[in-house]
Amino acid sequence: MSFKRTFAILLRQLYLIRGSFSRVFPLFAWIGVDMILWGFLTKYLNAITSTAFNFVPVLLGAVLLWDFFIRIMQGVTMAFFEDVWSRNFLNIFSTPLTIREYVLGLVLSSITTSIVGVAVMVLIATIFFKLSLLVYGIMIIPFLIVLFLFGIALGIFGSALVLRFGPASEWFIWPIPALISPFAGVLYPVATLPGWMQFISHFLPPSYVFEGLRAIVAGKGVHISYLVWGGCLAVGYILLSYMFFIGIYRHALSTGLIARYSAETLA
Amino acid sequence: MPGSIDIMHNILSVKTLRKTYGDLTAVDGVSFDIKRGEIVGLLGPNGAGKTTTINMILGVLKPDTGTIEIEGFNLFSRRCEAMARTNFAAVYAPLPGNLTILENLNIFGLLYEVDNIPEKVDKLIRQFDLGPFKNKKCGVLSSGEQTRVSLAKAMLNNPHLLLLDEPTASLDPATAREIRVRIREFATQSTSGILWTSHNMYEVEEVCDRVLFLSHGKILLEGNPKTLPAEHGKKTLEEIFIAVAREPLTLGAS
Repeated sequence: MSFKRTFAILLRQLYLIRGSFSRVFPLFAWIGVDMILWGFLTKYLNAITSTAFNFVPVLLGAVLLWDFFIRIMQGVTMAFFEDVWSRNFLNIFSTPLTIREYVLGLVLSSITTSIVGVAVMVLIATIFFKLSLLVYGIMIIPFLIVLFLFGIALGIFGSALVLRFGPASEWFIWPIPALISPFAGVLYPVATLPGWMQFISHFLPPSYVFEGLRAIVAGKGVHISYLVWGGCLAVGYILLSYMFFIGIYRHALSTGLIARYSAETLA
Repeated sequence: MPGSIDIMHNILSVKTLRKTYGDLTAVDGVSFDIKRGEIVGLLGPNGAGKTTTINMILGVLKPDTGTIEIEGFNLFSRRCEAMARTNFAAVYAPLPGNLTILENLNIFGLLYEVDNIPEKVDKLIRQFDLGPFKNKKCGVLSSGEQTRVSLAKAMLNNPHLLLLDEPTASLDPATAREIRVRIREFATQSTSGILWTSHNMYEVEEVCDRVLFLSHGKILLEGNPKTLPAEHGKKTLEEIFIAVAREPLTLGAS
């Protein structure tokens, strides 16, 4: 494992961001808009409901955490897409760079770019809508880690799909979070869902995170089992997605797809 | 022992390399070596298997059978060591156009774990006359300038094996000659081995110590580019090339 080679992947991303407003803007713009939209909605809900229930940590907090997860996932795929868009596979995969170093470089790029977005989200939510992440207590940290790991896993999985099916398959990747969100119970308890959807939600780490955080806000205490299940699933998905990426890479080496990636398919 | 001086007479050793795509055999049992300081021309018509062979040596295409050793390091079991000694430039693999020359060279310097990257990059920028453009994005450079950037990248790690796929294809004759001289100097001074593909037979004759003619994935002819035409009853290397492309069987038999 070479730190220099891993750093090269991160440095590439930093160079690109430094020189491009169109790359900096999306890091915070849309999630900032999301915070404002959901912030006002929660304010409105607080105003029209007579109970003392506070929607801010339940809805706005959940949206913030969900956007964090999306940013992590897209941080990985965006760094990967830079090689797709610049047709750079032949250049980088003919260096001593290993797949492990490459994937780690994508993860580091994601962490770096996500920090910007998360900071903007937290600032807006805290300053304008009085959301305090302290309401979740110390458990926010392990739950964030679970979301982080699952975001990385989906990012690696999405990158592998694009490597396999070519640049045009990008559209497979963008809607993945939207497809998962109804099952993950981001804005409502999983118990609200019909049985078949609840069954699927059992396999999604975010559903444990949001169930766990809702329990904390409702004063029902910390459910360690949620954390353990969510954590184990997320780690499992990371391993599976990494193995999937390796498998796709090896397939691309045998078929010549790496060398002729712009052809999309050699079938 | 891999990498030891004794067995490093051969920089590259390719044995019975074979690659098929479905029913098409792109490379069919190709074997050859490249020695220190030697420039070998890999020639043949379009579709003969040159780029497929180069891609396999670069580790981006897995052969069906056969072995590749770079300074004794098996490319498939010791990939990192093998690739650290190798570099390439190809007209179809420009560096990312959304990064500047300096940025690209810095990144590839890290990927090849080059010592003292700023000094090395500065030297290459001067060597390839890239100074005025060093902060320009590669995508806005002319094709000739992009070729020089690719060559600078290819020299970053002082490769012991340099693969050049039509390196002068998009250069004007004067620049192409200059580049040929520099690559020739590089081979002599560094005792590196170079595998060079080109469709310019005058260039091949000027630069290469030995040529391999590929046709339908097989090596049909091999020899000194200066003496090979006479050995096969032809006047020039270009005549041999045309004969390989049109009548490979007659040449293979001679």
